[in-house]
Amino acid sequence: MSAITSTPGRRRLPSRLLTGQLFLYALLVLLALAYIFPFLVQVATSFKTEADAAANPISLVPSPWSWAAYERLFVNSDFPRWFANSAIVTVAVTTGRVFFDSLAGYALARLRFRGRSIVFAAVVAVMAVPTVVLLIPKFLVINQLGIYDSYAGMILPLLVDAAGVFIMKNFFESIPASVEEQARIDGAGTFRIFWSVVLPMARPALITIVILSFQGSWNELSHFIVSTQSPELTTLTKGVASLASGQLSQGTQYPLKLAAAAIMTVPVAVMFFIFQRRIMNTTEGAVKE
Amino acid sequence: MTATATAPRRAGSPRGIRRGEARAGWVFILPVIIILGVFMLVPVLMAVWVSVSDWQGRGSPLSSSVGFVGLENYAAVTTGGGLAERNFGIALRNNAWYVLLVVPLQTALSLLLAVLVNRAVMRGRGFFRTAFYFPSVTSTVAITVLWLFLFSSSGVINEVLSWIGINGPNWFNDPSGVVQNLLASIGVTSGPDALTEGGFLGVSWWDWIGGPSVAMSAFILMAVFTTSGTFMLLFLAGLQNIGADTYEAAMVDGANAWQRFWRITLPQLRPTLFTVLTLGLIGCWQVFDQIYTGTQGAPSKTTLTPAYLSYQAAFGSQEWGQGAAIAFILFAIIVFFTLVQRWVLRDRPVSRRRARAYQPKGTR
Repeated sequence: MSAITSTPGRRRLPSRLLTGQLFLYALLVLLALAYIFPFLVQVATSFKTEADAAANPISLVPSPWSWAAYERLFVNSDFPRWFANSAIVTVAVTTGRVFFDSLAGYALARLRFRGRSIVFAAVVAVMAVPTVVLLIPKFLVINQLGIYDSYAGMILPLLVDAAGVFIMKNFFESIPASVEEQARIDGAGTFRIFWSVVLPMARPALITIVILSFQGSWNELSHFIVSTQSPELTTLTKGVASLASGQLSQGTQYPLKLAAAAIMTVPVAVMFFIFQRRIMNTTEGAVKE
Repeated sequence: MTATATAPRRAGSPRGIRRGEARAGWVFILPVIIILGVFMLVPVLMAVWVSVSDWQGRGSPLSSSVGFVGLENYAAVTTGGGLAERNFGIALRNNAWYVLLVVPLQTALSLLLAVLVNRAVMRGRGFFRTAFYFPSVTSTVAITVLWLFLFSSSGVINEVLSWIGINGPNWFNDPSGVVQNLLASIGVTSGPDALTEGGFLGVSWWDWIGGPSVAMSAFILMAVFTTSGTFMLLFLAGLQNIGADTYEAAMVDGANAWQRFWRITLPQLRPTLFTVLTLGLIGCWQVFDQIYTGTQGAPSKTTLTPAYLSYQAAFGSQEWGQGAAIAFILFAIIVFFTLVQRWVLRDRPVSRRRARAYQPKGTR
């Protein structure tokens, strides 16, 4: 904004503006450092020995370098299993949400049927229920259905999400209906129109759903706490949380814990950098008033 | 689904083309209805029953041996006078301070970040935006593990503090209240009788105003660190909707940067501000993951939150009725504060004093 030309005050104060920009950048760099530094410390510490981590917590150069934490995680612990479980759940949930959310979103946006507005109101109402309120209730139902401590109990309750339905409905309403009408006149069935005409057009919105579902289910903790107890079904979040509270270890074990935390951050970080532009844009698009 | 494709069409008639649409609509939406119904609606109804029953966690809560106890569980946590009430009071106190500090701090910081990033020349923008947003995509569990290390007694934070001569606290093991510590530093170590004798929910007024514990403060900083990026993006979107010509007009009128921020930017950001405050408030009452991972309510229950207490009461102490009751009270609290906030931030007609400021000088 300060670069706007032809303002009366500007010509008089070029040096003041320059110091202003310098100050702005200094402040931004300082803040960015505060945001990035913790992650650098995390990665650096994961390569330190325990003694080094305790003595020089702030140093970014491990001395000596040590792979002990990673070796211990991958060779002598359940960590690979946790990782696999998280991956299974994340892939299943993301696939399910992409398919079911878009089906429902399309129906709510385009198909006319009695009760549509009631269903939509119910979906919005569900979005408003805080997740922590559902902890005990979810356990009760999962237990009652006999799917406690199984992949079904971990995946099914997460398989659709109200927010995703909402996003898809909004998207379908924003694209013109003329292409579908054409296909309809050509005699295509509703599912066919949806599958081969509408869905390909919905790519941007589908990517949004993929991002949100991936991040949501990879980082999910509370649902797995109430739906499983056996070690074979432990996910990364649950496993690393148990590491943090000191099971499995003597002493502080900071390199080990931070290595686990670092690895668990990698998949979301990769996804974040792949879809970076889209993430920033979707969030912007979502709040346009 | 294929029935619509093969069904004979009445050519030219829009009714014919739309045949079978209602059925397809229901088929399309059925998976969502079933899953949300079975794992959202039914659970809530079941939990309502558990919250008014004496179920102890054995067998099915719907079996005939489980009795109806009315509002007994709700009474136990709000007026019982026992440990359950005191725990609930402590948890509410802790979370209230958390909300009181996190919501303004994260809103102010994310607004500051957005304004700064927005003013930066194009080149640096992407980098700073990424840097500030990155903590938001990582899991709470991973960040909590990192935080336990950064804030350990000889950790990074205390090392940095020691550079400026401050002897940092043993963060996650320090149960003392921040406000009480400040008062102690000016010589006030115990509250007046008026505050120590009375109380609410088994917690004395003196402890209510004692502030978040040092341990909770570390979680407060963590919440600000992890959420400010998301909210910065919302503010950035809002800022981009304000036209440059508005600022230009203000600059021609001689408004300085400070005035432009308060008179143009902030009022124009009002809808975004509303979103950020609402999301912040709702999120802040649901503190669970970091407590489960980090402290389990310790030290001295000063990081206990209603969400964690609800979990602990049910899964730990097998007091399922009380756990469910706490969850519903928490739900009511969230709804209540959201409504209050809506009311406070509602669109009001311009006050008379404010309107006068916009009138030409001569007519005042």
